[in-house]
Amino acid sequence: MSERYSRQELFAPIGEDGQKKIRTASVFILGAGALGSSGAEMLVRAGVGRVTIVDRDIIEWTNLHRQQLYTEQDVIEQLPKAVAAEKRLTAINSDVAITGIVVDVTSQNVLDLMADHDLVLDATDNIETRLLANDAALKLGIPFFMGACVGSYGLTFPIGIQDNQPCLHCLLETLPSQTLTCDTVGVISPIVVTTAARQVADVLKYITGTPFEPKLESADLWTGNRASIGVSSMKKAGCPSCSKNAVYPFLSAHESMKTAVLCGRDTVQLSFPKGRKFELLPFAESIRGTVSKLIHNPHLVACEYSGHRIVLFRDGRMLVHGTKDVVTAKKIAARLLG
Amino acid sequence: MKRTIELNGNRYDMPAEVGNVQELLGHLELAERIVIVEMNRDILAKDAYDLPINDRDQIEIIHFVGGG
Repeated sequence: MSERYSRQELFAPIGEDGQKKIRTASVFILGAGALGSSGAEMLVRAGVGRVTIVDRDIIEWTNLHRQQLYTEQDVIEQLPKAVAAEKRLTAINSDVAITGIVVDVTSQNVLDLMADHDLVLDATDNIETRLLANDAALKLGIPFFMGACVGSYGLTFPIGIQDNQPCLHCLLETLPSQTLTCDTVGVISPIVVTTAARQVADVLKYITGTPFEPKLESADLWTGNRASIGVSSMKKAGCPSCSKNAVYPFLSAHESMKTAVLCGRDTVQLSFPKGRKFELLPFAESIRGTVSKLIHNPHLVACEYSGHRIVLFRDGRMLVHGTKDVVTAKKIAARLLG
Repeated sequence: MKRTIELNGNRYDMPAEVGNVQELLGHLELAERIVIVEMNRDILAKDAYDLPINDRDQIEIIHFVGGG
């Protein structure tokens, strides 16, 4: 037996049997930001068998105070989070098969990405993507360990643990018009680690077959407020996402150019329709005389243009920094890409 | 009359102007958020937010946020 996991095996509820189950588990991590960094590091150190971690973004200076997998050098090289996460996680534990994928998770690709995993760890930064993942996990029949945090406040809710429990869609009758984001109220690293720790504790209980009641829980590390609510009575008999006649509404969104204002800063993301392919090197050459601070690598092209930093990813997404205005972002995209 | 409740695990002195759950959510700046409210161990439906809050009530409120 490897000594590596001996202290974890000594923990009686896990033991040698539990460790064997952990070694064969495959985990899908949705997002490689703050919660994704923290949760991924814990699970990889714990020795899960396989981790897939997906993210659409690159590493920024504003990430470093809380996104523990990343370094200053990653920012300088403008690495995608999924690429840097794969590298760092593999260095932490080479026993684990780790795949980082630079991709925007949408209704078009979510099922393919999540398939062949035992569970999904939520580390996304917006409620729309959480509802998409909720539908996908329910359709695939695997649990979804929800987690979210801003400021000093975080909440967790494991979904798909018991047949008679509500899903995220049951709890959210309506989509909020505005949610608190890192962009509006900031975030401190202790709540990131606390929220991820709760998620991962539930993941380890699930993997090792330890029964537990799925509760909606919250904590605020600044005020000391905490809450734990058993929400089983909120399961809706006719829920379109988790009832017998589920239609998984968030999986059927039509395809078009999508736009999103990203959590954490002034950035608009434009996702071009799937049919549009980008050749990065010709694109970089075509804008060399128009832009400044041009950088390109196998994953992306980055530059500055009319006061905005622009990043174009190979998978057909463009980030326009320094604005929250979708129209401004589309104008810039049109100027550079035609 | 002074009312002291337990709110999210902490002792909380109710402001005099706050009478019911909806007003408490407003006072806590959660009125526009998606929240789940438990009062004395029962989850409250939205149409029950006009329930008055009494001395020694136990209230737990969890609101949804976007970040991560």
